[in-house]
Amino acid sequence: MYPPKFDYYRANSVDEAVSLLQEHNGAKLIAGGHSLLPLMKLRLADPGALIDIGRIASLQGISHDDETSRIGALTVHAAVERDSQLPRVLTEAAGWIGDPQVRNRGTVGGNVAHADPASDLPTVFMALGAIFEMAGPGGSRQVDADDFCTGLFMTDLNPDELLTTVVIPRAKNGVGSAYAKMFNPASRYAMIGAAAVLSVEGGACREAHVAVGGLTPKATRARSVESALEGQQLSEGLIKEAAAQIQNDLGDDLIGDIHASVEYRRQVVPTFVQQALEKAWQRAG
Amino acid sequence: MNETLRLRVNGQDFELQVRTHHTLLQVLRDQLKLFGAREGCGVGMCGACTVLLDGQAVSSCLMLAAQAADKELLTVEGLAENGRLHPIQQAYVECSGYQCSFCTPGFILTTLALLEENPHASEEEIRDYLAGNLCRCGSYVKILKSVKLAQQQMLVSKNL
Repeated sequence: MYPPKFDYYRANSVDEAVSLLQEHNGAKLIAGGHSLLPLMKLRLADPGALIDIGRIASLQGISHDDETSRIGALTVHAAVERDSQLPRVLTEAAGWIGDPQVRNRGTVGGNVAHADPASDLPTVFMALGAIFEMAGPGGSRQVDADDFCTGLFMTDLNPDELLTTVVIPRAKNGVGSAYAKMFNPASRYAMIGAAAVLSVEGGACREAHVAVGGLTPKATRARSVESALEGQQLSEGLIKEAAAQIQNDLGDDLIGDIHASVEYRRQVVPTFVQQALEKAWQRAG
Repeated sequence: MNETLRLRVNGQDFELQVRTHHTLLQVLRDQLKLFGAREGCGVGMCGACTVLLDGQAVSSCLMLAAQAADKELLTVEGLAENGRLHPIQQAYVECSGYQCSFCTPGFILTTLALLEENPHASEEEIRDYLAGNLCRCGSYVKILKSVKLAQQQMLVSKNL
């Protein structure tokens, strides 16, 4: 299977990538190519020009300071999976993406910029309160994870911008995080993904950040679940009750397919939220 | 568009003129005449096109040849030394870890990446690592047996 023909340009810096995007209308960026090339081969995309950003050194790798971790857009999932300084919810989700071949080439930036509803990372970054840094002709700007994905395969990125870095807070004492997932048995995409980050003090939940994905057109913040937890003494019973609140956050526009219908996903999603919360609670202690 | 591409394949340096819209798999098969990597699905789900890129298993159907510039590649053709099969190849032969063998080069290279990275991999870890390689004949039980035999023999030869 061959992709439609396209012109190929290699960018050596972020500035060069931005000017190539401006020069070539409709051009797409290619990094790992694991979302874009299948789309092109299946004739769902025919961009005419690809700009290869895979060699831009400033977009590679992960760095940590006391407060934050900065994940370069070109960091592959396998590198995220192996970095023990990152929060568990993220390393866990990265290790469950696809298979080794996918994790060795697929990039964090490509994954979130593609905004596939069945992706894991947008859900995880939303629960972590990540900030997305983007570069464009007017310089760089930031957007919160809550506002980055705007819909099915849609993001806040302009056609002449690229995602450069995802910034997340460092894992801290008393904070536990976890991801729970219902896998598509073939592709291992998320049919349901639930990410939880819990801050626990004296057995009570000080702060909860919860998000779900896979069954909604974009990752969805579970605010009803969060408010059912915050300020409360944590127990298995409370977590179960709070997880059930997810129904108030889902909305009416859910995704179903031959593997799992809308009704089925709606029925089982609290179980995955509960699993993520329970694991996060354990890890906080 | 064309580009001059330098890359190292199975220990040998090449300088090739490639079309920039061609995949690495196309260049390996059509220009270098290395037919071990195969196109199964073409979209990164089956693993038949697996090659090792700087030691890591990747799908050559989802990589542009231009993206492999200056990289080091290993295909199944580079495994045997002086006419002797690699222990992993030998183990697949001994355990009949294949039926039609279309998927075998991909499985063998993923097995190599696994055993280099995790020589003592448990059965569960082996199954998980091979999740990206599909065998439509369904030889999984014998493939698993082959990996375990190769693992034993490589541990012995490395005194681990």
